[in-house]
Amino acid sequence: MLIVSNLTKSYSSGQDRVAVLRGVDLAVQPGESVALTGESGSGKSTLLHLIAGLDQPDGGAITFGEETISTMPDAERAAFRRERLGLVFQQFNLIPSLTVADNLVFQARLAGRHDAAWRTELIERLGLGALLKRYPEQLSGGQQQRVAIGRALAIKPLLLLADEPTGNLDEATADDVLALATDLVRRTGCGFLMVTHSERLAGMLDRRVHLHAGLIH
Amino acid sequence: MQLATLAIGLISATALWSGVQALNAQARTSYDRAAAALGGNRTATLVARDGGSYAQQLYVDLRRAGWPVSPAVEGAIRLSGRSLRLLGVEPLSLPVEARTAPALGTGDLQGFILPPGQTLIAPETLREFGLTEGATPELPNGQHLPPLKPQAEIAPGVLVVDIGLAQKLLDMPDRLSRLLLGSKQDGSRPPLRDIVGDRLQLDQPDAATELERLTDSFHLNLTAFGLLSFLVGLFIVNSAIGLAFEQRRPMLRTLRACGASARQLNAVMVIELCLIALLAGLIGLVCGYLIAATLLPDVAATLRGLYGAQIPGELSLRPEWWLAGIAISILGTLAAASAALIKAARLPVLAAAQPYAWQQAQYRWLIVQGAAALAVFAAGFGFLWFGDSLLSGFAVLAAILLGAALGLPAILGLVLALGEKLARGPLTTWFWADSRLQLSGLSLALMALLLALGVNVGVGTMVESFSRTFQRWLDGRLAAEVYLNAATDQQATEIKAWLKDRPEVRSLLPGARAEVKLQGQPVELIGFADDATYRDHWPLLEHTKDVWDRVARGDAALVSEQLWRRLGVKLGDRIVVPSDRGPWPVEVVGIYADYGNPRGQLGVAFGALVTHFPDVAKTRFGLRVDPARVPALIADLRSNFALGERSLADQSTLKAISKQIFSRTFAVTTALNAFTLGIAGVALLTSLLTLGASRLPQVAPLWAIGITRRRLALVELTKTLAMAAITALVALPLGLLVAWCLIAVVNVKAFGWRLPFEVFPFELAKLVGIALLATLLAAALPILKLMRMQPARLVKVFADER
Repeated sequence: MLIVSNLTKSYSSGQDRVAVLRGVDLAVQPGESVALTGESGSGKSTLLHLIAGLDQPDGGAITFGEETISTMPDAERAAFRRERLGLVFQQFNLIPSLTVADNLVFQARLAGRHDAAWRTELIERLGLGALLKRYPEQLSGGQQQRVAIGRALAIKPLLLLADEPTGNLDEATADDVLALATDLVRRTGCGFLMVTHSERLAGMLDRRVHLHAGLIH
Repeated sequence: MQLATLAIGLISATALWSGVQALNAQARTSYDRAAAALGGNRTATLVARDGGSYAQQLYVDLRRAGWPVSPAVEGAIRLSGRSLRLLGVEPLSLPVEARTAPALGTGDLQGFILPPGQTLIAPETLREFGLTEGATPELPNGQHLPPLKPQAEIAPGVLVVDIGLAQKLLDMPDRLSRLLLGSKQDGSRPPLRDIVGDRLQLDQPDAATELERLTDSFHLNLTAFGLLSFLVGLFIVNSAIGLAFEQRRPMLRTLRACGASARQLNAVMVIELCLIALLAGLIGLVCGYLIAATLLPDVAATLRGLYGAQIPGELSLRPEWWLAGIAISILGTLAAASAALIKAARLPVLAAAQPYAWQQAQYRWLIVQGAAALAVFAAGFGFLWFGDSLLSGFAVLAAILLGAALGLPAILGLVLALGEKLARGPLTTWFWADSRLQLSGLSLALMALLLALGVNVGVGTMVESFSRTFQRWLDGRLAAEVYLNAATDQQATEIKAWLKDRPEVRSLLPGARAEVKLQGQPVELIGFADDATYRDHWPLLEHTKDVWDRVARGDAALVSEQLWRRLGVKLGDRIVVPSDRGPWPVEVVGIYADYGNPRGQLGVAFGALVTHFPDVAKTRFGLRVDPARVPALIADLRSNFALGERSLADQSTLKAISKQIFSRTFAVTTALNAFTLGIAGVALLTSLLTLGASRLPQVAPLWAIGITRRRLALVELTKTLAMAAITALVALPLGLLVAWCLIAVVNVKAFGWRLPFEVFPFELAKLVGIALLATLLAAALPILKLMRMQPARLVKVFADER
């Protein structure tokens, strides 16, 4: 279970410091899908990055199960991301030098959790069978996002974090990708936190939280 | 950072190129002065067919017949134990085109001609010999030179006096060395043959002086190094401009989207580049001047040691040098920037980066480049097979280097593809795949590294081969324990008599030297005593069975390797030597190595030499002495005969001097080698910085997935080192090929001798180590940057537009 308590984060802007998160509290249960909404600049992505251990908060705590992510040293946070986390970004952030097949299993193999049967199932469910030998830039946005979701789910993560995963996709493709993700989340029983601007997409998840002025409402 | 790397690249490229040009220009100016002073290369001359002197009456006959000739006599004199060239001219009849040399204005003419006359001397020679203006130094034959008068127009090492005085000083009464023929045409004069018959031949003026021809290879070598350094410097410029372009790409796209045309943007960038090139070029020129001034003493020593050319120790530069330096800086910058400028002109306003498509395009380009490499190798083979000149030798060398550089990306591509195919782990797979993606960005820097390493291995192997061969050769040539050169024949006789009472002297080896011309080229004749020392030690390359017995009989000769190649003779052939007693035919019975001597040499029996050249100085001899008693003998000789350092030396001193000259000869090459390798290191650094800036989107996803920055940095370092290691491994056979080409092709054409080819594994391993160390240093900064990169910077990748 993910628990975020009283999380604060500010950035320096010239000589001033801008507070982005001002005491955020949030919990995501295993198997639960939560939509994180909010205006641009409200700190959604920052919160997601802090939960992923990509950055460190100024104050507060992030715990996942028994572990406190916010106080982990760099190497442990990297191991946490590698072995327990699935990350999906708006810009997909696939590895350009690897084929779809290699991208798909990259994290799972790195974490030593590669499951060939699960990989085959993912390829089938995500409709990637014909694209395996292609390189990311040879795919459309929707196809790339499906690969990114596949990569994130290939390790059977305990927590899936997605930062506007459908932001670059048309409505139909976005619906398709999200349906697929929620279905797979349900099957694996992992927690799912998705940043989105879309009220419609937010409505498709179990719960929705709104971030405004650095606080969860 | 971009500005700094751009400036470093431009400054080093311009500095090394212009430095080398300054050295070459300085030397060529000196050759011109020498040529003008000798009066032999700027005007047509009439010389004796046998290369010797001839009667002055011929001059009188020709003048009476209307031929505009001017007499000259020349010969070597010894001053303070050193040799100088004494030139006697007749200033009133000197042709206009030869008159620049003595620079005899009308005011000075009387002083030059009338007693006591004048000795015109270069100011640097005056200083070198510790003499003062107006001094009248005494010659070994007891005569005095007329008062010395320094003149800047006189070549170093040359003394110019009136012809009458020169004939007296050289003991050549009524004899002439040559007649200078003016260009003034007069159709009414009778044909030359009618007056002089077969006694004289007409030598037409050459565009190049003898020194220019002799030193061509040396200057070509310097120019090649300068060009190589310049190209490697341009690689840095190319990388720096690539970095600037990468960083400006979003801004350029924004400006284009706002309506600025590609042409406008390019024009602004070209102006900016030209201004930077102008400024960096000026700094580069100053650095080039400093490099040239630093290297000049070694260059001068090399040219003096190898070719006897006298180069002043002070650098003088012409305005053309500055202008050419600025021009090459600007043109080089524009050439290096052309790829980036074309890219900027074609930049799609909306398209995102497509590294895989880029890699595919590069892959096609690699095939073209590989094919070009094969074509260049084929051309090189053609030059090797059909060429027979120094230039073709350098063309072979250039083809080997260019072909290897062009082929390197293809070789690296193949190795990396093979690695990817064999890789098993995810990170290993990415390692190889990403290295392939990086290859295009790094290939120019790696090509620069390959060239620098290849040249280093090649030149290093050649120098080391030469060094060891030279050592063995010295042991053979300097077999006597003591070498002595008396001031006069009289003193030589006295010393010989004195030595008879010294029991430690096992044998005395008399020697003599005479100079003749064969096929119009000066050739040195050396006389050997019939002694076991020569039989046991002389470095013969080829010989007949009874070589020393044949030489001792007086009708056979040993030929130095360079003369053997030049004359194209073989064992058993006959050479006719023009001696004072008439033509002297000798049979070639042996060929010996004579490294470092620009002149051809013939070794004959001492007795026979003295018989055919009765006037030759018999002042030189070597002594075989118990080595332990050499210092005492030398001390006694010095105290008894006032012999100076130059007149008396023991074997170890002579060897030390020879090795010192050898070291100085290659000091310039070694310095330029080190510069080139250093610049290649900087090229690698700038390329890695360029890549580092544009590679964040490739590296950040891996970090996000859970690979620490430290591990990523190590992987990046390993990748760079792996590519450098592959490059270094390719550089080894390339370097050995370059060494072979230098030894078997270029040296033979340039100097006339060939060294045995040797491979030095330790030196090669050392150079690979240096290459990896240079790579490590070059990679250190970008790797440290990645290791210490703030997570916020990496996180931005996921938010920014790519």
